[in-house]
Amino acid sequence: MSAKFIQIFGFAVTIVAIQVFTQLTDSSFHLTQFTMTAYYSLLVIGLCMLIGYAGQISLGHAGFFAIGGYMSAFLTTHNLAAMKGTPFIALLSKLGLLVERKDLYGGELLAFHPWSACILSVCTVLVIAYVIGGPVLKLKGHYLAMATLGFGIIIYRIVLGTSSLGAADGISGVPGFSIFPGVMIGGSGSGRILNYYVAWGIVIAGMTFLLNLIGSRVGRALSAIHGAEDAAEAMGIPTANYKLRVFVLSAGFAAVAGVLLTHYNGSIGPSEASVMKSVRYVAIVAIGGMTSLWGAISMSLILNYFSLRGSFGTYDDAVFGVILILIMLFAPDGLIRKQVLGDLKSYLKRIRSKAVAS
Amino acid sequence: MTTLLTVEKLSKRFGGLQAVNEVSFSVEAGSIKALIGPNGAGKTTLFNLISGVIAPDSGVINFCGSQVQGLRPHQVASKGMARTFQHIRLFPKMSVLENIMIGRHIHSRAGFVAGMLSIPYTWSEEKQIREKAHEIMAFLDLESLAHVEATSLSYGQQRNVELGRALACEPKLLLLDEPAAGLNMSETTELGALISRIRNTGITVLIVEHDMGLVMDISDEILVLSYGKKIADDKPLAIQSNSEVINVYLGEDEDDA
Amino acid sequence: MELLLQYIVAGVTYGTIYAIVAIGFNIIYNTTGIINFAQGEFVMLGGMTAFTLKEYLPLPVAIISAVIITMIIGALIEIVFIRWLHKPSVLRMIIITIGLSILIRETALHIWGEGVTALPYFTGTSVTSVNLGGVFVSPQVFWAVGISSIMVILLGIFFNFTLLGKQMRACSANREAARLCGISTRNMVTFSFMLSAGIGALGGCIVSPITYIQYDSGSQLAIKGFTVAILGGLGNSTAAVAAAMILGILESFSIWALPAAYKDVVSIAIMLIILFVKPSGLFGNAAAARLKEY
Repeated sequence: MSAKFIQIFGFAVTIVAIQVFTQLTDSSFHLTQFTMTAYYSLLVIGLCMLIGYAGQISLGHAGFFAIGGYMSAFLTTHNLAAMKGTPFIALLSKLGLLVERKDLYGGELLAFHPWSACILSVCTVLVIAYVIGGPVLKLKGHYLAMATLGFGIIIYRIVLGTSSLGAADGISGVPGFSIFPGVMIGGSGSGRILNYYVAWGIVIAGMTFLLNLIGSRVGRALSAIHGAEDAAEAMGIPTANYKLRVFVLSAGFAAVAGVLLTHYNGSIGPSEASVMKSVRYVAIVAIGGMTSLWGAISMSLILNYFSLRGSFGTYDDAVFGVILILIMLFAPDGLIRKQVLGDLKSYLKRIRSKAVAS
Repeated sequence: MTTLLTVEKLSKRFGGLQAVNEVSFSVEAGSIKALIGPNGAGKTTLFNLISGVIAPDSGVINFCGSQVQGLRPHQVASKGMARTFQHIRLFPKMSVLENIMIGRHIHSRAGFVAGMLSIPYTWSEEKQIREKAHEIMAFLDLESLAHVEATSLSYGQQRNVELGRALACEPKLLLLDEPAAGLNMSETTELGALISRIRNTGITVLIVEHDMGLVMDISDEILVLSYGKKIADDKPLAIQSNSEVINVYLGEDEDDA
Repeated sequence: MELLLQYIVAGVTYGTIYAIVAIGFNIIYNTTGIINFAQGEFVMLGGMTAFTLKEYLPLPVAIISAVIITMIIGALIEIVFIRWLHKPSVLRMIIITIGLSILIRETALHIWGEGVTALPYFTGTSVTSVNLGGVFVSPQVFWAVGISSIMVILLGIFFNFTLLGKQMRACSANREAARLCGISTRNMVTFSFMLSAGIGALGGCIVSPITYIQYDSGSQLAIKGFTVAILGGLGNSTAAVAAAMILGILESFSIWALPAAYKDVVSIAIMLIILFVKPSGLFGNAAAARLKEY
């Protein structure tokens, strides 16, 4: 219990240290990338739960991210003013789900309030994940990978081919999301530092939930499913149901990440739904060590940040590809582990004994 | 004595092979019943049918007053049936303690939301799970290995951990699939004593086993299968003098030896 | 009626390339149990390499050289990245081949850029066409269908009548037993990578004039090829050819009902439905399939 709090506290200190460092070096513009990194990290830790702890791969999580982001963007920018008279819109308005504001040209704009859009979007993703998760999770290995990849491509093709979602341009002009009075995600003139802390605050909250879950009866059951599914089933664990729930949970994390990042950026484009994004998330989880939330989040922090800063230039995707292959070839359990030193020792011992033998 | 498990005219066919053919038998509460037969007689298939791993083509399995045929294994397990596997199936990368704690799954209830929010009732539940697991480890003399990775143990120890995991379910019926396979003679004797001790705690045992010494020693009743069919179901002494059994099973066994 | 036939011809053309990718998948799957996510990249490499070589060499020589070069790359990839792994898990293999596909694609991007390339038509030009009972068919379609048919026949002969082919089949039936019979299963795996790289590359060359090839064409083709392989039942190449024709024609008709941008959605949705309903494929044997893990 206490070890968990120390870890979380240490992580929070790191987050503060980064901010203080950028403040001191007068480079607080870096916080923008760090904030975006936070939202991607939210998706990554959810995916880590699915891949590392439940042992199910998904190559379609960018799809869930995009559904969340696109839906929230569409709802908060689609002008309903012309339909104001219809009873349905009037009802929505009465329920307080809608909000009026001025558009770019000063015209009247009636659209969903970010809060209602956010909740609707996340719920939609949960429902979609639940519906497709049932049949998808019956599959194993390559079939599971291909099915989730297929889902991701379908979402990508739909957002790319649908004109009301902006086709290749995506949706822009997404308003900021004021989660509490005075606390605004994105939007013009909102504080960079505030946004940074809100974003990482959400990640730390998500992290706490997942760490709690791992330490609980459910977490133990998930490890059991990963290790020996038939034996887990024989111990009374409803394996199919548990896998589905983790899948829905991780899709939920992806959806929240998509919604919040879209509001933060003020826009979303089809590249967020691309297969390469999904692969990238899987890569980060793999590099972090599959079964380590801390590994996943540290790798996410480092790699996403450098990628967003453009440090890898035109080799961005190639860098992820190379790291992915190297890790999978030489350290399939990831880099961030306790046993790294032990492994190194046994490796050296093996080499030495081989040398002796020959 | 009451009847805990009743199997009626259970059949299962795999393609051209009639693996289990209209088998009927019952297990009395508090007894040890053994299931024997030559290789390929359908013992493991029968086990898998009872524990829900595969669904029967026809027939009825009545466990504790309700029909369980066609249920998923986890549903059967939650009704109070626990099993071990012919090839040990422990959870890798988990300690002995954690492996045994998994056995408490059906007796605890913290779900996803409660787990994520770490709601206070889950704390006391976890404590109870842990206590019960220690109790079982003490019963099996595994206390000193509590924090060792289960799959790194010796074969005999792994067998005990698997048994402990099943006992943690506090089952009414314990299914043991060839528990003495790979054990030496003294280990087998210990196992026999252990199974008797388990029965004395009130748990009914159904055991598939090749080791005749062990079977004759501990069982109250023996069911003999051959080519998917029941050929005898009686007390050990009667089985030993049953000519059909000697023909299809013991006779063949002696030839092998 | 003519329009209908025109659609069918278009469908068959695309079906041909899908069949080629699917056969590539099947060859590697049969010897190793791995789905090579980089299969589409072999097709792209073949088309791109041939395009570069044809600057210096006559077209047939350029194509043959491109196929050979891609085969060497395929073998090298297997030797460097896969051969020495000891019993890798499926998850690990999926991620490694995905990583390889990224690597090949990004390398291609840095060699050839983002431009679209196309080999010249093997005979005639892009406007030449043969009137086939009112339907105008590009001669390249005949080339594509013809070469692929010959390839399928040759593969059939190879797997059924040559020692090497029989050894590869033995490998797919039971790797352990094959090894005990003295077959070098490792070499068979390398060879299967070579063979499927070569087949993919040839496919890339013959469709390049019709569909154009660019650095990222591979993943598109891979998912279609996989769809077809699934439709036909993984590992069954004859069924894959039939499935490829069905998918190609379905796709080309889907344009009637849906915007062209959704063409891929249709075929992938078909794949998902097959995976959910009958993962053994349209022509697969459900009883035998139950023994496999999906």
